[in-house]
Amino acid sequence: MAIATAPTAPVGKLARTWETAPGLYGVLATVDHKTIGKRYIVTALVFFLAGGIEAAFMRTQLIHSNVHLLDAEEYNQIFTMHGVTMLFLFASPILSGFSNYLWPLMIGARDMAFPRVNALSYWTFLLSGVFIYTSFLIGQAPDGGWFAYVPMTGRTYSPGLNIDFYALGLIFITISTTVGAVNFVVTFFRMRAPGMSLNRVPIIMWGTLSASVAIIFALPALSAACVMLYFDRRFGMHFFDAAEGGHPLLWQHLFWMFGHPWVYIIVLPAIGLASDMIPTFSRRPLAGYTFVALSTVTTAILGFGVWVHHMFATGLPMLATTFFSAASMMIAIPSGVSIFAWIATIWHGRPVFRTPFLFLIGFIVLFVIGGVSGVMTAAVPFDWQLTDNYFVVAHLHYVLIGINVFPVFAALYYWLPKMTGRMLSERYGRWVFWLMFIGANLAFFPMHISGMLGMPRRIYTYQAGLGWDTVNLITSIGAYVFALGVLLFLVDFFRSLSVGPEAGDNPWDAPTLEWSVSSPPPPYNFAVIPTVRSRHPLWEGRLDEEYHTLIGSGPVLDRGRETFGTSALDSDPFEILQMPEDSLWPLILAAMMTVTFYGLLFGVWWLAILGLVLVILSLAGWCWPKLVREDEMDLLPEEG
Amino acid sequence: MAMVARPYDLPISPQDRRAPGRMGMMLLIATEASFFVYLLFSYFYLASMARGAWPPDGNNPALRLSLPNTIILIVSSGTMWWAEAGIRKGQQARLRIGLLVTLILGMLFLAIQGLEYSNQSFTPATDAYGSLFFTITGFHGAHVAAGLLMNIFVQARAWAGHFTATRHLALSNVALYWHFVDVVWIVVFLSLYITPRLG
Amino acid sequence: MAMTSGSPAIFGTAGPAAHQIAVLGWVLTIISLAVLLVVSLILLVALFRQRAARAEQPESVVIRPNGSIRLIVWGGIVVPAIILICALLFTLFVQSAVATPPATPVATIRIVGHRWWWQVIYTAQSPDQQVVTANEIHVPVGQPVRLELVSADVVHSFWVPKLAGKTDVIPGQQNTMWMQADKPGIYWGECAEYCGLQHTHMDLLVVAQSPADFRHWLDQQRQPPPPPTDPVTATGERVFTRQACAACHTVGGTPAMGTIGPDLTHIASRRTIAAGTLPNTPGNLAGWIANAQGIKPGNDMPTMSLPPGDLQALVAWLETLQ
Repeated sequence: MAIATAPTAPVGKLARTWETAPGLYGVLATVDHKTIGKRYIVTALVFFLAGGIEAAFMRTQLIHSNVHLLDAEEYNQIFTMHGVTMLFLFASPILSGFSNYLWPLMIGARDMAFPRVNALSYWTFLLSGVFIYTSFLIGQAPDGGWFAYVPMTGRTYSPGLNIDFYALGLIFITISTTVGAVNFVVTFFRMRAPGMSLNRVPIIMWGTLSASVAIIFALPALSAACVMLYFDRRFGMHFFDAAEGGHPLLWQHLFWMFGHPWVYIIVLPAIGLASDMIPTFSRRPLAGYTFVALSTVTTAILGFGVWVHHMFATGLPMLATTFFSAASMMIAIPSGVSIFAWIATIWHGRPVFRTPFLFLIGFIVLFVIGGVSGVMTAAVPFDWQLTDNYFVVAHLHYVLIGINVFPVFAALYYWLPKMTGRMLSERYGRWVFWLMFIGANLAFFPMHISGMLGMPRRIYTYQAGLGWDTVNLITSIGAYVFALGVLLFLVDFFRSLSVGPEAGDNPWDAPTLEWSVSSPPPPYNFAVIPTVRSRHPLWEGRLDEEYHTLIGSGPVLDRGRETFGTSALDSDPFEILQMPEDSLWPLILAAMMTVTFYGLLFGVWWLAILGLVLVILSLAGWCWPKLVREDEMDLLPEEG
Repeated sequence: MAMVARPYDLPISPQDRRAPGRMGMMLLIATEASFFVYLLFSYFYLASMARGAWPPDGNNPALRLSLPNTIILIVSSGTMWWAEAGIRKGQQARLRIGLLVTLILGMLFLAIQGLEYSNQSFTPATDAYGSLFFTITGFHGAHVAAGLLMNIFVQARAWAGHFTATRHLALSNVALYWHFVDVVWIVVFLSLYITPRLG
Repeated sequence: MAMTSGSPAIFGTAGPAAHQIAVLGWVLTIISLAVLLVVSLILLVALFRQRAARAEQPESVVIRPNGSIRLIVWGGIVVPAIILICALLFTLFVQSAVATPPATPVATIRIVGHRWWWQVIYTAQSPDQQVVTANEIHVPVGQPVRLELVSADVVHSFWVPKLAGKTDVIPGQQNTMWMQADKPGIYWGECAEYCGLQHTHMDLLVVAQSPADFRHWLDQQRQPPPPPTDPVTATGERVFTRQACAACHTVGGTPAMGTIGPDLTHIASRRTIAAGTLPNTPGNLAGWIANAQGIKPGNDMPTMSLPPGDLQALVAWLETLQ
């Protein structure tokens, strides 16, 4: 490689090149992955609180038999929105937020592959969430449950706008999720620092990669289903209408063909986060790295082959249910591999009991509980007693809180210091952990029992004398304890912003590249692009590795916003990529999409068409290249 | 003292098949293809659950317009390929003409499909078959329309002389998308128009 | 208030289907708890073993990777695979076993799910042998019955936990299942698929009786009710057939032939009203007629404003429909 050398990196020039523009323009036009990542996290946490408030209402209603705090319609809207919010507006976006923030810092890059698409994925997430929540303003929030089974959600039985908000809102959010997934896949294969071969990437990369590939192939099933639902409702089509050749089970198949991969999409990146944190608190590299990476990929693939286990009670032939039952049991094995990899890491390591680690221990325990209750429901005849009652509600909350929320809170305690430069409080952190751990178990363990006592799901109240009062009381108390933990976290977070101790570059003495830059990182991430030689660059000295990662000496890439494009397997640099400046097009495009969706929602067709035209024009504006004079391009002669 | 370097002999944003933009288009195509897979799954699922004939009343969709239309679309893929091969050799005229002919053929496809729609004895609201027929072909038509809009966009750039023999990624991506749309049509055509005739 | 004793639990079962499933359930529950216990113990050991020795090591030391593959392979692959394969085989065995009833079903009962009540039709060769009732199913102890499940509107799910697993009730499709009670008693059933506003108030009772009592019940259900014998009940019948009641409900032996709501020919013989929402007492019946929307908001029965005399007569007449 032809080289011109200099003694130090021009950090001032790099900062000016990569900084977001000042003022309102910068706020709206930034394409910086760190800003977008933080926005994702904050917005997702706001939705988490909204979903939590909805849950608080639900648990207060169910604390005892015949409580009528909410009437049936209100309760049905609240439980539906609780599911929609947590699953679509929190669980996936929060992981996108962490991945967005961390990936370039972990792989030694200056940004994601498509920074403007990144901004688009955030704005469409925000606007789709707002779109769905405006339904509350007119008292017509979705009320068909988060999986909205037809024919109840058809226009005969759901004549209001509730389900239109649902169908269109979900189509809107799939746009965000899909473009985000494309960004992650391309970044994974093209943007890793020189030397970061596939076997050296942090597990979060494998987790988000697997989830992103799954998104690309699974989300279209939801779009197709929601389009059909909207068409049935709005234009009198008959996809799900048994009387006219349709079938209600078509909805269930399409929905769960999306829905089951979705539940892996919302846990695999979190498993990746956990796999990257556990080594730091065990003071040794992850045991069985290859096993864990392969388990992640395997789970994502197998996740496409189990959807019928949500339909075991629908009267399908035994051959079909048997196959899916077997697949649903076997999918537990990759999870078991990962669990034992973590346990092995701790076993042969030296545990350091800081707050993130407490959440990670809780995560392992809750994962096992959720996993075994899942195996119980995978047994078809037993599932006929367990599905559609509180047992499966217990299962799904254990897996979601255990494998998504707990790693997320560990990640918040672990990486917020990198983002803000301030540590959170260990003392508060312990309280937050114990309140959340005890609260979660108090809330959800008894649900296994209320389900086994015959309590069905999605009931706005229940009669006295069925023996369900005591377990529900315990559950509700647990929910309040859990909520208290979350509130305490918020207090700690805001406190830490002003009085938290300074974090420094590497407060946890962790091994990966993001800890080699300042907290918070400079806008250009790395002044000098690292050349990677192992999975744990910052620990190489102490592990007596033969080759050391180059940090601080190497290529600078400072002629504008530049980063390396590298080969897929071994990460050899083969091109220099020119990254885009701040741009308003992502926000404009997202706003025009919103106009279109409102037009479709209210059936104001001219507005929908106008929105569509504006979307097309925005895309054209975005894609029209910024032209550079030939003599201003720094090209070699043969590049023409 | 750290050594920092400015590598000058790596190409800058090359536009070959390894470019990030190329991979992005392929992934977009993968997700759109999946969408059609799920639509066709719905078609075959409802066909398998149908109690009577499928299509109902036994009327197979006619080949009179759809078969020539299929050929038109395949030819348009050929002209798009021809256009891209041209710019790879630096032939601007061939690129522009090829794109224009492709555009015209694509518009012809949509017009003939519109004619077929107006002649149909059923509507999307007649029954599930009608809903599927119009939704599947309709979404395909929407993808054709999107491809034509992309065609107009790169044609504008082509006429403005943006593309060279080594720098024409936008054109390659549009061509790839166009071929994808063609492949989707072949699968849709086989599924909706041919499989009912296979007894 | 529940009309059965205790919870409609899936353990403590009363029929062969639910019993075999409960055995599978116990096995899986015990395995699950054992796995949880063992893994938690291993985790605890991993966390706290050699506590003193490890505490002496400064945190800045990084430990070199060493032999941990065995733990991962055995704990993560081999042992789980063995457990899962055994669980799967037992599951298949039970699934096969409960697929068919232990004997030929003695009756075929057609169950139609409505929002929010269960229509129950005892099918027969000739129409005058057919029995139509609602929200209460009688079965003979020790003999299986065949259930045909269809929906009149949306997806519901038929679930009597003490007797069998649930089966969805899907429009456009007929699902079948068999059910048998081995002990006399009254068993609580529910709708187990969210079906709208009053999904929670769509319950039913299964009454298991000796075969003789069952036949007696069936015979009685086949008879039309006796005509009214006194002026009050006669008034009540008039109120029923002249008001909107007859537009929705059927009572055998009267002009009332409505099919929107439950068949009320033998309403007084049922233990609950409004699909398990209330015990069937004259007070509750009157309250239901006068304020159906208050008790079960959104259901298809309108609140009937009747003059008090008419209401009393109506209830008195309905009480004669044994």
